Amino acid sequence: MADRALPVLEVKGLRTVFRTRGGEIHAVNDVSFHLERGELLGVVGESGSGKSVTMMSLIRLLPAPPADIRNGEVLLNGADLLKMTPEELRKVRGAKVGFVFQDPMTSLNPVFTIGNQIMEPLRAHMGMTKAEAETRAVELLDLVGIPDARKRLKAYPHQFSGGMRQRVMIAIALACDPDVLIADEPTTALDVTIQAQILELVKELRQKLGMAIIWITHDLGVIAGIADRVMVMYGGQVVEQAPVGELFANPQHPYTRALLKTVPKISGGREARLKVIEGQPPILTQALMACPFRNRCEYRHEACDKANPARRAIDGRPVGRGHDVACHWHAPAAQEVEHA
Amino acid sequence: MLDARPAPVTTAPLIQVEDLKMHFPIYSGILRRHTGDVKAVDGVSFFINAGETLGLVGESGCGKSTVGRALLRLYEPTAGRVIIDGEDVARLSPEALRKKRPTMQMVFQDPQASLNPRMTLSRIIGEPLDEHTDWTDKKKQDWIYELMDSVGLNRRFANRFPHEFSGGQRQRIGIARALALNPKFIVCDEPIAALDVSIQAQVVNLLEDLQDRLGLTYLFISHDLSMVRHIADRVAVMYLGKIAELSPRDDLYARPLHPYAEALLSAVNEPDPVIAAKRRRIILKGDVPSPANPPLGCNFCTRCPRVMDICRAVKPDLIEVEAGRFVACHLYPTTAAAGSTGAPEATERNQQGVTR
Repeated sequence: MADRALPVLEVKGLRTVFRTRGGEIHAVNDVSFHLERGELLGVVGESGSGKSVTMMSLIRLLPAPPADIRNGEVLLNGADLLKMTPEELRKVRGAKVGFVFQDPMTSLNPVFTIGNQIMEPLRAHMGMTKAEAETRAVELLDLVGIPDARKRLKAYPHQFSGGMRQRVMIAIALACDPDVLIADEPTTALDVTIQAQILELVKELRQKLGMAIIWITHDLGVIAGIADRVMVMYGGQVVEQAPVGELFANPQHPYTRALLKTVPKISGGREARLKVIEGQPPILTQALMACPFRNRCEYRHEACDKANPARRAIDGRPVGRGHDVACHWHAPAAQEVEHA
Repeated sequence: MLDARPAPVTTAPLIQVEDLKMHFPIYSGILRRHTGDVKAVDGVSFFINAGETLGLVGESGCGKSTVGRALLRLYEPTAGRVIIDGEDVARLSPEALRKKRPTMQMVFQDPQASLNPRMTLSRIIGEPLDEHTDWTDKKKQDWIYELMDSVGLNRRFANRFPHEFSGGQRQRIGIARALALNPKFIVCDEPIAALDVSIQAQVVNLLEDLQDRLGLTYLFISHDLSMVRHIADRVAVMYLGKIAELSPRDDLYARPLHPYAEALLSAVNEPDPVIAAKRRRIILKGDVPSPANPPLGCNFCTRCPRVMDICRAVKPDLIEVEAGRFVACHLYPTTAAAGSTGAPEATERNQQGVTR
């Protein structure tokens, strides 16, 4: 078994480029992070920030071409996923790494029963017999809170509501007891009351099963409620990374700071006017030679045009382990940051 | 610049909706017989004062968009009255309706789908003028430029096509088009739902600025309860085709009265880990029933944590239980007494709204 002290997943210098007719798109630029056992890492960013492409790259789910992983290492329990043969990789996907996608309707196959789809990874990866897989499938549906599980095995996805389908997706992802669960905007397509059900379920499952989770979202509210650590992405790179409490209390990157103020609150004082981040996100047609946020940044100065800032630690701990930020500007000390 | 209108001083509401119903028929079987109705909107009443923003919130399928569309008669309402500025829009003749259209406009959710990809920006914004005015081309073009200025679009973009713009800019085009005929009332149907977080604030601020300047009245339809808290003066919470609660904004968010409003607000994720850790959530069991086959009693009785026997048998009316606060729930005003299930939970939940 792998060393318990090592992170379950470690990504170093990942770089993904899409080759299109119009030229190259540098979607992921030198992304490094790690995931501890049992930890929930939240990944926040807007569309096009590279958060989904990063996660798809590390398990090589992107069609190549056009995707081209130029650089990097992805160590799962010490083994590099980027060097694996397709055959080896297949043994990882769905077994050691589970995936939950945003839209539960399009990610379930409409012509197979729910039971069939849950049993598929069990039979493929765990070599279970049909009877064994069926027993386990019932257990899994129970686990994710679907009542009357045995009967539901014969149902088709269209007979389930959105929230129920997402529960099924989670059951499939958990089927082989993965080390890492990657959830890509799993609650975005759901209504708030259903979203609350799923978040509650994930909290429960973490306590029961203790797997590590990467949770991709653009919703800071979701992150605040469930994450241990947060990574903020912008322009295909990590711009800030910190434990969740630290990030919200003491954000360093101008983008993070602005983002926290653009979202209205549900309680407490009501803001007269929302903070606006002017301009548009960058189009990543070339490798970044300057800070990707500079055109929208209120603290822009000369250094920002000259070099893309590297991540630097701000609390003395090594980059990636404590609180770090990729910015030339130094934010004033924490007490000056207003915090309602 | 667009003409600034003096703040209206009339006391009668600009919009008065009475018992609006919008049923969509279901046909089934070989003979395509009419076998039932999807009661998307089933008896909704509210008013909106001039210059006010009414937020309309609820989950998908609750009928909030249908209300918006029926109000502007983009659907033919099944029953009810929709009085906009003194005229019942639901009953206007086609010709009278056409004359009425300039006063009431709509901003749609998906700026990609609601703009014709083959028309330039200038033609999109100018189309309402071609339909409803006999202005010269010069006058139209000047007005289009003014509209573009007021929504923050550069005049140089007038001959470009929608695909050349980002989502936020496209939404500005949609807003400029809605403003072209100097409307009094605009239905904003999830105008920010398709936009990224950092762009949402830009569009919401624009809508607020325009309202201040032009004295516009909005129906702001959204599922984003935090944003509605920011923009609306009063808020109506819909569930399965009916209004569960309609209250002034601050009252609703501080102390929701209807159990559904309470659960809905508690489910919103607060972007602050300190508050998030303290908040107690009400997790509703199950899903929303089908609007084709709603429960016999209160529409919320299948999921309500405080359900009573009467709830399963009798539909509650929307009544004013406190000044300006309307609730459709048997807990009010003859509360207490009636055999409430799960009493200990209920007391705990009473503090929910003020838990911070």
